[in-house]
Amino acid sequence: MLNPEGREQIKYKIKKLIFGSKDTEGAGKLAAVYLLLISIGFVYLYPVLYMISKSFMNLNDLLDTSINWIPSQLYLENYRQAFQSMDYWKTFRDSVVIAGIPTLINVVICAMVGYGFARYEFKGKKLCIGLLLFSFILPPQATMMPTYVFYTNIGLINSIKAFIVPALLGQGLKSQIFILIFYNFFRQIPKVLIEAAKIDGAGHFKIFRKIALPSAAPAILVVFLFSIVWYWNESYLTQLYVVGAFTSNADTYHWSSLIVSLKNFENSYNTARSVAGSGMVDINESIKMAGTMLSILPLLIMYLVLQKQFVESVDRTGITGE
Amino acid sequence: MNNKRKTKPGQLEKRENAVGYLFILPWLIGLVLLVLWPIVQSFQYSLNKIKLLPQGMAKLYVGFENYSQIFLTDPDFIMGLESYLLETLIAVPVIVAFSLIIAMLLNQKISCRGFFRMIFFLPIIIASGPVMQQLADQEAASIPMMNVTMIEQLLDEYLPHVLAESITSVFSNMITLLWYSGVQILIFLAALQKIDTSLYEAAKMDGGSKWECFWKITLPTIKPMILLNVVYTVIFMSNNEQNALIVLIYDTMLSATGGYGYASAMAWLYSIIESAIVIFFAVLIMGRKDVYERRAKKYQRELRKEKRLERKIRKRGERHERSYAKQKEKQQRKQSKKSA
Repeated sequence: MLNPEGREQIKYKIKKLIFGSKDTEGAGKLAAVYLLLISIGFVYLYPVLYMISKSFMNLNDLLDTSINWIPSQLYLENYRQAFQSMDYWKTFRDSVVIAGIPTLINVVICAMVGYGFARYEFKGKKLCIGLLLFSFILPPQATMMPTYVFYTNIGLINSIKAFIVPALLGQGLKSQIFILIFYNFFRQIPKVLIEAAKIDGAGHFKIFRKIALPSAAPAILVVFLFSIVWYWNESYLTQLYVVGAFTSNADTYHWSSLIVSLKNFENSYNTARSVAGSGMVDINESIKMAGTMLSILPLLIMYLVLQKQFVESVDRTGITGE
Repeated sequence: MNNKRKTKPGQLEKRENAVGYLFILPWLIGLVLLVLWPIVQSFQYSLNKIKLLPQGMAKLYVGFENYSQIFLTDPDFIMGLESYLLETLIAVPVIVAFSLIIAMLLNQKISCRGFFRMIFFLPIIIASGPVMQQLADQEAASIPMMNVTMIEQLLDEYLPHVLAESITSVFSNMITLLWYSGVQILIFLAALQKIDTSLYEAAKMDGGSKWECFWKITLPTIKPMILLNVVYTVIFMSNNEQNALIVLIYDTMLSATGGYGYASAMAWLYSIIESAIVIFFAVLIMGRKDVYERRAKKYQRELRKEKRLERKIRKRGERHERSYAKQKEKQQRKQSKKSA
């Protein structure tokens, strides 16, 4: 038998093991943290897992109540049909162009504007930054209708130009955030570096191109990633400006994007089915899920490839700088 | 040479700074063309009834009739507004608090940190309107094990029905809300990593517990980020395609009965309300003083009090001195008279 002192000591040790002392994490605490992270992580992943599992089920599996998660066979027909009805390759190419070109412009223009704000102390700078924040808060709906009329008048509507022109003018999708990111980043560049370049005879734009831009690689990466994701996922404005809210006239190129075609998936599927005849089955959840999966698949692949840069670059940019 | 150029000090710098305008020129043009001018125009639209004809737009000035029509005869907008307000006011704190918790969990020294981060940042990539719509249709946007009806019954007993309903909708759309917090987690995580660790060490030396550290170090330091996140969340929730009011404005714009004028009036009202929400949260957060600000203010007040007291004492002293000097003078005069 242990004496009371020994018992106390054991009690203390167990307590320490579970709750930890001031310097070390206790095992119990750590377990709680992991449990929380895993369970919340599961909740996070649940829709994706659900989507993947449902998209591989055939009609029998869908109706079978005993099958919850794992389909009885790897059924790829859903994907084939969703693929067909979305006109995938063309839509995919369009999506890449719609997201890619404005993003590239966005990166260049926002870097320039951010640099201008960070480096120079011109008159009315505070007012300009105030206006920048104001245009961030303003919902796009407030300016949507006049902008739509304006674009129609100068012939930008129903083409990718409706995304390129605003991006060129620094008013692309959420450009305000990107300008602020660059602004914060360029403020951290030591002035000495720029002065040294100036003494060596570099002009304003040369300094920007040769010194500021190369050092801003993490910021550029963040802006590029976010911009491409947001452009890809934007269905409201894409549908209004690029794809065409009213049916577009047939003689011009008809743009489409994966997200917009997902939005109208049911309609387009039924149209495709009536054209194809008996080759396609009636629409069901599995096909819808397959369509959803197909439309986010390119982004998922990009994320899996770039996730390390994505997560780390946020630490390195002054995304949270004041 | 009477045409000699005069250079004032600081002029070179001024001239150089003017180059800044060149850099922000595209943005300035864009601001005027695509933000300020459309706002003015949109306000003009909202005062008109607009019909789209083949030869162009036909405007008919009606004053504030569009606005009064929204409030008096349009049930859709008012009802949508009501649910939007309730939803935003409830969902924003939930999202921000939740993302702070996740960010703090992810900020600890744990293994597989990269893996967990990957999971929690995934929604940033895929949480777009149509995808959420598809998932919501499949009822994959709510946690399956959660008994929502029971929660609703329970809440209904203690709270007014409208409030209970909106809280229940938070629970039933839990995953949607969680998915909206990707960017916020990112921002909080970056902010948490920037906090100086020596602050925590000093607090530990003084015997502060983790709980105290959170309230007295972490929260005050990341307060600006909380505001940023709240603003971001409000804007995200308001400009989201899932939002019923946004859809309503879009539909009205294209519908025969509404038209551009009526939709513009709606959009204007909507932006004003959204800005009001942003300001409301900003005042709520920045208006609350934390311990340090309170203490600093108290200290300053005491300092001022002391100074006032000091001045008072000095003045009094001066007065006494003066009167004392006068008395002395009198005495001296008396004495000199006597001696004379």
